[in-house]
Amino acid sequence: MLKYLLKRVAQLVVISFIISVLVFLLVHLLPGDPTTIILGVNATAANRQNLLHQLGLNLPLYHQYWIWIGNVFHGNLGQSYLTHETVGHIITTGFPIDVELIIISQVVAFAVAIPLALVTARRPNRPLDNVSTTGTFGLLALPPFLLAPIFVAVFAVGLHWFPATGYVPFTQNPATNLHDMILPGLALTAGSIAVYYRLLRSDLIMTLQEDFITMARSKGLSNRRIMWRQAFRPSTFSLLAVAGVNIGSLLAGTFIVEYLFAMDGLGFSIVAAVQQRDYLVVQGITLVVALAYVVLQFIIDFLFTVVDPRVTRE
Amino acid sequence: MAAEHEVHPPGLGTALAGTFPGQTPPIAVAAALGAPDPADDILAKRPLGPLFWFAVAWVALVAICAILANLLPLQSPNFQNYTAINTGPSIHHLLGTDDLGRDLLSRIIFGSRVSLVVGFASVGIGLLVGGTLGLISGFKGGGFDIAFNAASFVILAFPGIVAVIAIVAFWGQTLSKITVILGVGTIPIMFRVVRASTLSFANRDFVMAARTLGATSRRIIFREILPNVVPAAVSFGLITVAGVIVLEGSLAFLGLSVALPTPSWGNLIAEGTSNGLLQINPLVMMWPAIAMFLLLLSINLIGDRLRQRFDIREGLL
Amino acid sequence: MSDRHAGAVMEKTLEFPDVTDFADPLLVVKDLHTSFRTGRGTVHAVDGVSLSVNRGTTLGVVGESGSGKTVLARSIMGLLPSRDVIRSGSVQFTGHEMTTLAPAQLRQVWGAQMSMIFQDPMTALNPVVRIGHQITDSLRLHLDMDRKEANTTAVELLRSVGIPSPEERIRWYPFQLSGGMRQRVMIAIALACAPRLVLADEPTTGLDVSVQAQILDLLQAMQRERHMAVILVTHDLGVVAKRADEIAVMYAGRIVERAPTRTLFAHTRMPYTRALMNSIPRLADPSGTRLLAIGGRPPDLIHPPQGCRFAPRCPYVQDKCRELEPPLRTAASSDHVFACWFPLVDGAPGVPTDVGTAPVPELDPETPPS
Repeated sequence: MLKYLLKRVAQLVVISFIISVLVFLLVHLLPGDPTTIILGVNATAANRQNLLHQLGLNLPLYHQYWIWIGNVFHGNLGQSYLTHETVGHIITTGFPIDVELIIISQVVAFAVAIPLALVTARRPNRPLDNVSTTGTFGLLALPPFLLAPIFVAVFAVGLHWFPATGYVPFTQNPATNLHDMILPGLALTAGSIAVYYRLLRSDLIMTLQEDFITMARSKGLSNRRIMWRQAFRPSTFSLLAVAGVNIGSLLAGTFIVEYLFAMDGLGFSIVAAVQQRDYLVVQGITLVVALAYVVLQFIIDFLFTVVDPRVTRE
Repeated sequence: MAAEHEVHPPGLGTALAGTFPGQTPPIAVAAALGAPDPADDILAKRPLGPLFWFAVAWVALVAICAILANLLPLQSPNFQNYTAINTGPSIHHLLGTDDLGRDLLSRIIFGSRVSLVVGFASVGIGLLVGGTLGLISGFKGGGFDIAFNAASFVILAFPGIVAVIAIVAFWGQTLSKITVILGVGTIPIMFRVVRASTLSFANRDFVMAARTLGATSRRIIFREILPNVVPAAVSFGLITVAGVIVLEGSLAFLGLSVALPTPSWGNLIAEGTSNGLLQINPLVMMWPAIAMFLLLLSINLIGDRLRQRFDIREGLL
Repeated sequence: MSDRHAGAVMEKTLEFPDVTDFADPLLVVKDLHTSFRTGRGTVHAVDGVSLSVNRGTTLGVVGESGSGKTVLARSIMGLLPSRDVIRSGSVQFTGHEMTTLAPAQLRQVWGAQMSMIFQDPMTALNPVVRIGHQITDSLRLHLDMDRKEANTTAVELLRSVGIPSPEERIRWYPFQLSGGMRQRVMIAIALACAPRLVLADEPTTGLDVSVQAQILDLLQAMQRERHMAVILVTHDLGVVAKRADEIAVMYAGRIVERAPTRTLFAHTRMPYTRALMNSIPRLADPSGTRLLAIGGRPPDLIHPPQGCRFAPRCPYVQDKCRELEPPLRTAASSDHVFACWFPLVDGAPGVPTDVGTAPVPELDPETPPS
């Protein structure tokens, strides 16, 4: 077990390193630099050179990388060239918003997909099953950038049930926070519901054909109990795996949602930073996001070893 | 009788990897859609169904309109007619106009070009480059394969949305550039799909048989393996097309796709939600949203039915 | 957490009187038919089977794969898929008609009064649930034990089936055990609530020969201890030769011969039975003796042939066999039935007698048992 963990941690470290290099290169190899933004279009070449020197941007790339990485290890991600807000601060205020959105969307997705799959897997090809399966196509055709505006049009502007913009931190006012988060959270949910439902249903149907289910029936166990304790358990593994990947990809959707709802999340910040060539902000956010995803995968791997007895005991 | 329960815990960036920014990743979608439905009776030949044909019809309609856009009797999409602001649907303007007096139908039709071109062309790039690499890699194996496979893992572990945002913002927002960027982005995914598919065939007996008959590797790849890999690649490709269209739409929504005033469905929707237009004239947002929804729905349906027909196995991934 | 209390509508709780009268059969099956609707037609897997089992005895059901023996076992229990299955006939178990019981009532019978040992322990045990739990869930369901009691009982059960260090193994998963051990666990699970009837479906297929004997011995020992009835389904006549009190031979969904074991071997009537016996390799045979297989293939159960179903493969086939289906008739002893127009006489192979319609001294052409 320990060996397995160590191996994974080593992989984590290597990938993190590679990602940090990629992030850095991405930002620095593209044309343009912050000087035009900071000093304005009419800046003289001399002023620009000065600024470049000041910001340390005319040092050789590997040197800049070294400085940056060194700072990162000391917990200093730099600051925005324009606003001088520390990158760390941007991240700590923005990250929770995105995390909360993701949590809400996934909780709702599981809450809908799991019961629905449990019911339809037992009676495949019946009306409820057919409707649900067709419904998943509809859900998959409603990505956040379609669903969010529709929600706003109907529920915010039309019915005035929810606000179209704004965000109140959870610590400040939990009730308002959750209330305001409903529309943006739900806008992220559609695709997840479809994927989790289809996967679970497919998995359950196959599991239900297994001998051990017949055996469980022969013991006199009720259908409900069999479904829940015997059939569902092996399926949780594939759900776990897909959840990991799915969450990673929710990122872009999250960005769009916070953008539309004018929440000050990471998506908002990074789009602006990219347009302003705010290197350190872009690097910092990208690095953190990439690492978060990698760590998430790592955690899911780990959960696998805990939850599935077959993995480490072979 | 029953096989051992094979458990493959996901590694970092697992076989399910595919962080396709913007929407549920194609591989997860494929796992959801691409998996053969165990409740299907494989023996029964299911008819393609009316839904399938509606889907085909819609895609065809959109495509034809996009191609023939210049020939259609439409007002220019950027022409602003201040005497007809925010009108509802009428004879002159079948879908109405927006707040600058531009004909919505025209904007949607011209906007569809962006979605279609970006969608299909970028997947084309992905299949061409990534697919070829995958075919070779899966067949040859060895160091080449290990290197490329590892590379695709790492690339897919990177939050693609950020890369795409950065590159688009820095490089330029034209249709061709965006197509290339997204095209390059689909390469790792296509690589993995084709590679997995190739691997599952490369070890089979009929390939061995061809070898013993003296067939060269090239011949084997083209004659034996490629025909078997094509159905999976096509089906997956379709799903990826949907994914790219969504991605472009998302980027457009953020203002990072083709620059306004050139219409694209994404920025039409973005326009429709800004400046309080939702209250005044929600149709500006609604029409392109509906069109996009129907297009995505159709592509997914077509991909699914094709998959059913050719019985593509999810285990490939 | 008993599932008995879970139902909203209380179905009648079944009573199972303590059957002390040995003469009364525990299980009586009459004219059982079980067919499956498939894309290619209706498969008549069990096509009119009648039998009975007394308390504490073992009935062996022998047949090739495809003969319908597994379906028979499941049909007797009622463990069939809910769709596309047609079942008719009667299955009387301790006075209850199994075919008309509601699902909730069937669940009272399953596990507690009647249980099944499945063929492949690797697939029949849930791979992600601990062994102990797979035993205790039925203990807690039927016998209303609490967790502690159930665990102790489970440990004892494992010990009684010969699993060493049961206190430890109770927390193990199936894949950690060997094939023989897993089958022992299966037996423990089937016997947990001391059912009156156990249906063992090919319990030793896939196991090493030495382990096979151990498992069968175990089953026999448990049976004697608890005075259970056992239906032992197998394709191997050798398996039931020493361990069954009565043997029923199945072919193409029907019983073609049934007799107490000794009688079956001494006075075999049906050529198919004889062929099965001949195909068992014997240690006493000189080395190099050819293995006798029965030529041909089992018949199509969707469109069974006219006449005797074994006719295409029977070495003594006559025209009458191909035209008319032989009914089940009683032989000299009333507990021996067979279905053949030209039965073997005195166990001597290859000497058929045309019985025709005239009564033959030692054979009574009575109407088949209803």
